[in-house]
Amino acid sequence: MTAVLTRRPGLARIRATGSPLHLLCLGLVAAVVLAALFAPLLVPYDPNAVDLGNALAGPSAAHPLGVDAAGRDTLSRLLLGARTSLLGPLGVVVFSTVAGIAVGTAAAWRGGWVDSVLSRSTELVFAFPGMLLAILIISVYGEGLLAPVIALAVAYLPYVSRLTRSLVLAERARPYVSAYQVQGHSAVQICLRHILPNIAPVVLAQSTINFGYALMDLAGLSFLGLGVPALTPDWGRMVFDGQTAIQHGYPLSAILPCAFMVLTVVAFNVVGERWADRVARRDR
Amino acid sequence: MSFVRFAVRRVAEMAATLLTASFVVFGAMYLAPGSPASFLLAGRSASPEALAAINAQYHLDDPFLVRYFRWLGGVLQGDFGRSITYRTDVSRLLADRLPVTLLLITMALALVVAVGLFLGRIAAVRGGAADSAVLVTTTFAVGTPSFAAAVLLQGLFAVRLGWFPSSGSGEGLGDMLWHLTLPAIALALYLTGMLARVTRSAMLEALDSEHVTVARSRGVPERQVIRRHVLRNSLGTVLTTGGLIVSTLLVCTILVETAFGIGGIGQLLELSTTTKDFPTVQAVSLIIVALFMAVNLVVDLLLPLVDPRVTLGSRKAAA
Repeated sequence: MTAVLTRRPGLARIRATGSPLHLLCLGLVAAVVLAALFAPLLVPYDPNAVDLGNALAGPSAAHPLGVDAAGRDTLSRLLLGARTSLLGPLGVVVFSTVAGIAVGTAAAWRGGWVDSVLSRSTELVFAFPGMLLAILIISVYGEGLLAPVIALAVAYLPYVSRLTRSLVLAERARPYVSAYQVQGHSAVQICLRHILPNIAPVVLAQSTINFGYALMDLAGLSFLGLGVPALTPDWGRMVFDGQTAIQHGYPLSAILPCAFMVLTVVAFNVVGERWADRVARRDR
Repeated sequence: MSFVRFAVRRVAEMAATLLTASFVVFGAMYLAPGSPASFLLAGRSASPEALAAINAQYHLDDPFLVRYFRWLGGVLQGDFGRSITYRTDVSRLLADRLPVTLLLITMALALVVAVGLFLGRIAAVRGGAADSAVLVTTTFAVGTPSFAAAVLLQGLFAVRLGWFPSSGSGEGLGDMLWHLTLPAIALALYLTGMLARVTRSAMLEALDSEHVTVARSRGVPERQVIRRHVLRNSLGTVLTTGGLIVSTLLVCTILVETAFGIGGIGQLLELSTTTKDFPTVQAVSLIIVALFMAVNLVVDLLLPLVDPRVTLGSRKAAA
């Protein structure tokens, strides 16, 4: 993926125009984020309120999306689960983006041994698929949300740093950088004030796509029982809890979190891909 | 640079990376809070004698590097140490479980290659409605986590319709193939979407190039243009995704095996992680990393043979 930037694609240029699919996905992203933000105000029940007498009941007026095998309200768990399910990937993306930009810029700007050391370590991290790294770290530090988020952030870092490196290399060759250098601006200043704003849209678009992947990976870890603690509402965990119900022919409590995950990931992917296409004029 | 020198250099590079990876895998255990012995006991209390026995069995009194090289020496001879939970040799566990996983991954890989290439080709060549249909389908395919696909397929085809068994891996080859059909589909879904997209964009790029226009203007039949000038040209790009495909298969098999209760190495990794059976976690992690690197190596070596324009060693990074 070579990004040829012929103009300065400022963030202000990102407009919500174009295909209905893209608009729909933007709307979905907004809806999921809002649902996660206001979940505590929206939920009708305590997500951990157990009602075994009512277990696996279908949709009703009291429980519009039914209840799970422990009689917990599915709608409440879905809404509150959006918080954990989005917060984890957000942590992964923020950390990997910030660190990846720092590493990539340093590698491209300094060149020489810094570049080769960073490129070698990048290759090493590539050898560990994100989920495997997360499992390795979880096996040492135990379950929880923090360990997998850090592990995945480390695993996603090379994707960001490699992209940043190629972008900074391209920017560095352009006349404005030499102009600033001649005027005596420091390297840090040029990178932060001038190069960073120029490459930010492309990197952020990639990070938006990474968000979807991080969501799938973290949900997968929760599904294995290695992510969030047992009682925390989380989409991956809900699929895990609902699997026994599916075996007994009550699929609703497992299908709904699956559907939410797929729609969220697809929405983030479509928005991110389109953004990337616009800012980098990337071929699909 | 001759091909042999290139091959030797790549193998050496792979060995170096693998060595570092093994160090990471082994060293991770020593980053754990508390002493290795208490870590191995995983919170269970033990008498001083038992503690001493554990120290002796795992040579915990030796310096770290000595232990690392002893472990590495064992690994090179196929000895991965003893599993803490299963109380057998890890190599034995692996030998029992690796065949199922390899069969599952092979089935999924066959599906990915067959369906992915087909869909990508249809989308690029036909265009129009076929293209849109493929794009929408693959958008959902790459957005579906493999465990969600596994659970949904299980609910529909195994529980509701009863066409396939809902768990286990079966006895004998025919039965195994039948048991592994749904898991293989779940495993293949995401990658099929990805490969279809890669194939599509690579073929569109090739279709745009001048030599295709020339071939068409000279009256070469369209089928032949597609096969010999478009498909052949996009093969290199498709091949570079090989490493990614296999590593994703290896990782997602952990989820799919757990969902379908298949006793492969993926499920072994999940079980040994929950029970903190570190020798097993180390062994399975190392095998996954090694398999991934081996595939990448094969891809790197095949690439110059498939696409002579690729200068040796300057493989374009698969983004």
